[in-house]
Amino acid sequence: MSTQFSEEKLNKIKEIVTHYPEGEQKSALLPVLHLAQQEFGGWLDVPVMDYVASLLSLEPIEVYEVATFYSMYNMKPVGKFMFEVCQTGPCMLRGSDDIIAYIEQKLSIKAGETTNDGMFTLKPVECLGACGYAPMMQLGNYYREHLTKEKVDQIIDECRTSVAINN
Amino acid sequence: MGRKLLLEKAHVEGIRTYEVYRREGGYRSVEKALKSMTPEQVVEEVKKSGLRGRGGAGFPAGMKWSFIAKPEGVPRHLVCNADESEPGTFKDRYLMEFIPHLLIEGLIVSSFALGSNATYVYIRGEYAWIAGILEKAIDEAKHNGFLGKNILGSGFDCEIYIHRGAGAYICGEETALIESLEGKRGNPRIKPPFPAIKGAWGRPTVVNNVETLCAVVPIINDGGEEYARIGVGKSTGTKLLSACGNINKPGIYEIDMTISVEEFIYSDEYCGGIADGKRLKACIPGGSSVPILPANLLLKTAKGETRYMNYESLADGGFATGSMMGSGGFIVLDEDQCVVRHTMTLARFYHHESCGQCSPCREGTGWMEKILKNIEYGKGKPSDIDLLWDIQRKIEGNTICPLGDAAAWPVAAAIRHFRDEFEWHITNPVAAQQRNFGLAHYADPLEVAATA
Amino acid sequence: MSEEKKLFKVTIDNITVEVEPGTTVLMAARKIGGEVAPPAMCFYSKLEGSGGKCRTCLVEVAAGSTADPRPMPKLVASCRTNVMDGMIVKNITSERVVDARKGVVEILLINHPLDCPICDQAGECHLQDLGYDHGAEGTRYEFKRRTFKKEDIGPYIQLHMTRCILCYRCTYVADQLTNKRVHGIVERGDHAAISTYISKAIENDFSGNMIDVCPVGALTDKTFRFKNRVWFLKPVNAHRDCTKCSGKVTLWNRGDEVFRVTARKDQWGEVEEFICNTCRFDKKETKDWVIEGPTLVNRHSVVSQGHYTGLEMPKETIQEVMNGRKPKLLMNIHDVSEVNKPEIDLSAIQGPAHSEDFK
Repeated sequence: MSTQFSEEKLNKIKEIVTHYPEGEQKSALLPVLHLAQQEFGGWLDVPVMDYVASLLSLEPIEVYEVATFYSMYNMKPVGKFMFEVCQTGPCMLRGSDDIIAYIEQKLSIKAGETTNDGMFTLKPVECLGACGYAPMMQLGNYYREHLTKEKVDQIIDECRTSVAINN
Repeated sequence: MGRKLLLEKAHVEGIRTYEVYRREGGYRSVEKALKSMTPEQVVEEVKKSGLRGRGGAGFPAGMKWSFIAKPEGVPRHLVCNADESEPGTFKDRYLMEFIPHLLIEGLIVSSFALGSNATYVYIRGEYAWIAGILEKAIDEAKHNGFLGKNILGSGFDCEIYIHRGAGAYICGEETALIESLEGKRGNPRIKPPFPAIKGAWGRPTVVNNVETLCAVVPIINDGGEEYARIGVGKSTGTKLLSACGNINKPGIYEIDMTISVEEFIYSDEYCGGIADGKRLKACIPGGSSVPILPANLLLKTAKGETRYMNYESLADGGFATGSMMGSGGFIVLDEDQCVVRHTMTLARFYHHESCGQCSPCREGTGWMEKILKNIEYGKGKPSDIDLLWDIQRKIEGNTICPLGDAAAWPVAAAIRHFRDEFEWHITNPVAAQQRNFGLAHYADPLEVAATA
Repeated sequence: MSEEKKLFKVTIDNITVEVEPGTTVLMAARKIGGEVAPPAMCFYSKLEGSGGKCRTCLVEVAAGSTADPRPMPKLVASCRTNVMDGMIVKNITSERVVDARKGVVEILLINHPLDCPICDQAGECHLQDLGYDHGAEGTRYEFKRRTFKKEDIGPYIQLHMTRCILCYRCTYVADQLTNKRVHGIVERGDHAAISTYISKAIENDFSGNMIDVCPVGALTDKTFRFKNRVWFLKPVNAHRDCTKCSGKVTLWNRGDEVFRVTARKDQWGEVEEFICNTCRFDKKETKDWVIEGPTLVNRHSVVSQGHYTGLEMPKETIQEVMNGRKPKLLMNIHDVSEVNKPEIDLSAIQGPAHSEDFK
């Protein structure tokens, strides 16, 4: 995969930089890293971060420092679908432990692992701000709430189907 | 039925769009403020309203605004804190997701009051789709002349930008949020200087919570005094509560701070009682950082008085027998829940979210989590409880930012009120793996010390 | 209008000192000196922006100022708190401070490997000093200590992340002294680490100063690694003409051999003037330097126990002047004086002895 944004994305980045005061283009780092992760395989490899650094005239270490600080940036490859299941107090009270255990069993992976086919990653995470709709998980850019075992089955099927259609 | 100021129109079909929002009376406060008021008058109204910051600290918003420095030729910024991450709290998300224009409206009026021509909404990274909703709302507002240059011919220019975080609870702390807005690691700054003097990019900055900024809309529409008439004492206006845990109706409720805790939990208008007909064991009334209370101290104060859902009453008794309003994240535990396990998840949360900048929090949060894990999984020792107590004591008050306190308080309160449950876990390690301590005496009426 | 700058009076541990406005409590305390100066593990007066992180310098402000004498509710980091006129500060006279500091020391040590026996920093380690001066005897931490993947950062500097206390000083050195920072703090929380992330060599004219500012053994001089114990070496001040820096250094010698070169440090362990890597790593022969004389070493430092090899010890001279005869007892004091009576057991006297006791 070549590390190069499309013209469209580069223009988008240019536009993002204008949101901040002149000379403060570092401020655009978080949004640009989001774009980069989305564009270049779902995680931030070193060449990707170096590319982002060059786009924003930063030293590479400035990007590494920031990327490793925030939990949404993946510093290692992840599955095509990442189940980020909340495990903090309010979700725990509504059975998130059981949901995590069910997904582990269903996909034959442990928390933090990716299935052999590279399809699914299970990542228990901390509070996502959906406590009233617990248990829940983040899948891509959206939340899946009020999870039950049946719902988890449904979501897994949905993911498999979407891949089958797109291939 | 309590009066609603923020959620009054939340259920109107299509309220998310500009047309419907405007038709329902939206953006009146912008017209009023920009056409007939000076920025100082807007600040004055907010001061009169008694509005307290809804992010958790409860600092008077008008006073915060009046602290902003106004050096000649230096731009000022308003930054909206939409990094909602306190476990138990999900109210800001509701506002932004369902009535995004209310926030945009509040932001325009507040930006006018503070003289912010570039205003930012720092939204937590996980709320990706909500960032999209807000951006759409901004476009609509701009298209209709409420944003951009010379708004409504007032000469006031304002742009609002959405800045998405990337997963860090600490960025809800205002100086960490500013660092993150600047594209840095979310390490809180050492205060002073305060953001009002030197904030984002070294410029005077005010950071306010989503709900606080939304509340500016009814304050300007109806006047600060009118707003202050709602509620009780220093708890003016309405407050959004995020109710979750073992209740029948988890969700967002707007209350006017005059109802009792009991009513909030059991009335059908609000939480609808404890789920599955169980009994109430404990509750964290203001987001995970504030002290947990057993059922008996939650519903009544130590003096035997009814406890109400407002800043003062929830704090009645201090940390010894009271708690805090905090961010309004109302977490309910039923009789079958384990306080040790719940506290362990919170300790894990704070350990995970510590930025690592200052030593007590960086090292202490992990230590507490490890000990709590031991206790939860039957490997605890009797001395662990006192050790935990001492560690939280060494963290509290000794860190750069309030995350240290936020990590210490839940542990302290759990030990303070549920020590026997911790002890039971330690002395019955095998049984503790199979069942929970249960309700025990936590709902028993308390003896009230006779007043002299 | 008076041209004179008004000085602020601040009282720390009952000692009043006058300082210029803008001075921090810590620097005011250092002006008083001794134990009144709080320990500082992250603050470094020569590095802008440093401080506030380690929390060892916490003090109690008993009165904010003359104008507003209210006490501050929380302990404050003295390194980042400016004095106000009439401020009253308690450091070692505050039980709260002593207790909190003990907690900070314990917390700084829970994940520290305590590998002093194999650490080159031993003997000049601020964490060792801090532990001895302010810590408890034991730890209550019973878990596995944190470890990190080893990272090679080039031929000059040895990185031992397990020993790091995250003071951030080395990042300030890289930002403020070198033209390009290649290392920084990666990850967060208790996984945060000093790293280049990509195992890059840190090579720069002034990068060696990271070693000097590091309060612990996280960054040590690779060219000196395992060569010698600092207390076996003889520090001498020396200088040379250098185009990059002042050339004023301390040589750490054993005999004629230069084992390492460091910047000169003041009584607070801070570098007086930063030096360049040429002076530090490439000039390791006595002939490269003009020796000025022994470096002043604090008598509490273990370095002061060092043997200055080649130094002649003064001889025992009595036998020499007595032509080889051994000294003999000239008289027994009790024979000529009645003051100290040998039959009186001095240890049996309660309290100070009086003439009455000898009657």
